Amino acid sequence: MANSSRQAVDPSVPGTKIEVKRRNFDPAFRWLTVSCGLLLLLAVAGIFVELLRGSLPSLEKFGARFLVSQAWNPVTGDFGALSSIYGTLVSTAIAMVVAVPLSLIIALFLVELAPPRVSSLVGGAIELLAAIPSIIYGMWGLFVFAPFMADYVQPFLERVSGGFILFSGAPMGIGMLTAGLILALMILPFITSVTRDVFLMVPAVVKESAYGLGSTTWEVTRKVTIPYGSQGILGACFLGLGRAIGETMAVTFVIGNRHEVSLSLFAAANTIASTLANEFTEASEELYLSSLIELGLVLFLLTFLIQLAAQYWLKRTRRKMGAGQ
Amino acid sequence: MKGRSIKVRRAADFAIRVLASGAALVGIGFLGWILIVVLGRGIGSINWAFFTEMPAPPGIEGGGLANAIVGTVLMTFFATGVGVPIGMLAGIFLAEFGRETRLAEWVRFGSNILMGVPSIITGVFVYIILVVPMQNFSGVAGAVALAIIMLPVVTRTTEDMLNLVPNTLRESALALGAPRWKVTLGVVFRGAKTGLVTGVLLAVARVSGETAPLLFTALNSPYWPRSLNEPTANLTVTIFNYAMSPYPDWQAKAWGASFLITAGVLGATLFTRGLLWYRSRH
Repeated sequence: MANSSRQAVDPSVPGTKIEVKRRNFDPAFRWLTVSCGLLLLLAVAGIFVELLRGSLPSLEKFGARFLVSQAWNPVTGDFGALSSIYGTLVSTAIAMVVAVPLSLIIALFLVELAPPRVSSLVGGAIELLAAIPSIIYGMWGLFVFAPFMADYVQPFLERVSGGFILFSGAPMGIGMLTAGLILALMILPFITSVTRDVFLMVPAVVKESAYGLGSTTWEVTRKVTIPYGSQGILGACFLGLGRAIGETMAVTFVIGNRHEVSLSLFAAANTIASTLANEFTEASEELYLSSLIELGLVLFLLTFLIQLAAQYWLKRTRRKMGAGQ
Repeated sequence: MKGRSIKVRRAADFAIRVLASGAALVGIGFLGWILIVVLGRGIGSINWAFFTEMPAPPGIEGGGLANAIVGTVLMTFFATGVGVPIGMLAGIFLAEFGRETRLAEWVRFGSNILMGVPSIITGVFVYIILVVPMQNFSGVAGAVALAIIMLPVVTRTTEDMLNLVPNTLRESALALGAPRWKVTLGVVFRGAKTGLVTGVLLAVARVSGETAPLLFTALNSPYWPRSLNEPTANLTVTIFNYAMSPYPDWQAKAWGASFLITAGVLGATLFTRGLLWYRSRH
C-alpha cells in the first residue's frame, strides 16, 4: 500500500495534505477491522470465563458429584445434573437416529434423482424448515403434534413393541420421544443442505466412470458418492448434533420438565436447555443460580467439542475435494 | 458388483428411488403441516386491535399486543445497529487483511464456535455481564444478546461475499491510487452489495424470531416499552408465557403472535431468495 499515497488523484487539492491523511487512515481502518475480529474471540472466551466464574459456588459445593447426582431440590439446596444431561443426550440421540438417514436420502434425492427444477423447489422447501423460529415448533409441538402422538403414535408403538420398556407408560403426548422427533425435524434441513453440498463436490468424472461400468444410481451412491464424501457427511452430522443439543424453546414446550431419569421414552423429562429456560428467572438463591450456570457450562463445553469435530471433518473435506473441482 | 442379477440390482435401485422421493415428501409434508396450523389458528386473532391495543387481562375480550410488537422491533433494530457493523468489520478483516494468517484462522475458528453456541447460553452470559450489574432485566440486555447471536452470521456472510469479488477489481482501484479503506468500502462493498444486503436481512430475520436469549435478559412486560432500561415486552416471550397459560383467549393471542413472527421471518427469507434469484438472472 506504500504506492497508494504517492500521488493525489485530484490535482486541484494540495497533494501533501492528502498524503498525510491517507497514510494515517489506512492503518486505523485495518486496526479497526482487526479489533472487531478479536471481539468475536473475546466473546467466546468471555462466555467460557463468565460461566466458569458463575458456577464456582456450585463447583465447590458439589464437585464431580454434580454430574452424577439425580437430586434437584431448591428447598434443601441439593442439585445434580444427571437428569438434565441424560435428557439432553437421549433426546439428541433420538433426533440423530431419525434425522441422519432421512437427511442423507433427501440429499440423495436432491442431487441424483430429482430433475433440476424439482430439486431446487424441494431443496428450497426443506431449507425453509430451518427458517421457522424455534418457538413456532414449540407451539405446533405442544398443541398439535403432542396430541397426535398421544392419540396415534404412542398407542401404536406400545402395541407393536409389546410393552417394551422404552415404549411403555401413559401416552401423554409430551415427553422424550416427542421432543426427540421435533428436534429431528429441526436439524433435518441443516444436515440435508451440508450433505447436498458434499455430494455436489464429488467430481463428476468419478461418478461417470462408475455409471460407465453399468452401475445403477443407488450403486454409484453407495459405493462412490458416500465413501468419497464420508468425512463431509460426518461433519454435517456433527453440525446437526450441535444444533440439537442446545435447542431450547421447542424442547421446553413438549418435554414435560421433570427432574427424573426414566427409561421410558414416553415419560416426561428435561434437558439442560429446558431446565435453564424454565428455572433461571426463579432461582433466587446463589447456589441454585450457580447450579443452573454450571448446567450452562456443561452445555457450552459439549457444543464446543461438537463444533470442533464438525469443523475438523468439514475442513478436511474441503481440502480434499477442493482439488477435485 | 458381481453375483447379483440385473433384476435384483434394478429392484434395489427402484426401491431407493421410491424411498428417497418419499423422504422428500415427508419433509415437505411437515413444513406444510406446520405452516397450515400456524396460518389456520393464527389468522383469526389478527385484527386491527392486535396491532394497536395493549394486552387485555384473561377473560376480557379484545386487546392486542402492540407493546410486544414495538418491543421486538426496537430490540431487533438496536441489535442490528450493534451487530451488523462489528460483524461486517470482522468480515472485512478476514476477507481483505487477514486472509490466511494465523490470526485470521483464529478469528474464523472463534466465529464458528460462536455460531454453534446455543442461544440460551448467550442469554445466560448476557445475564451475568449485564443484568446482574445493572440489577434489573432490560431491553438493552436483550438487544445485546441478539447482537451477539448476529455477529458470527454477519461476519461469515461478509467474508464469503467479499471473497466473491474478483481481485482484479481491488487491484485496479489500488492502481488508481485509492487507499485501502476506500477500495474496500467504495469498490469491493459495491460489488458485493446484493449478497451483503441479503446476508444482513437473513441475520435480522433469524434473531427477530429468537426467544431463548430474551428469557432472562429482556424478560417480558405487560406495559408499553418506554425505555430499554427496563423489562421490555416482546412477541416471542409473550408467545411462551401465553401458550403456557390456561386461558384460551391468551392462547389464541399466542397463535396470532406466532402467525405474525412466522410471516415476518419466512417473508424476509423468501424476499432475499427472490432478490438473489432476480440478480442472478439480470
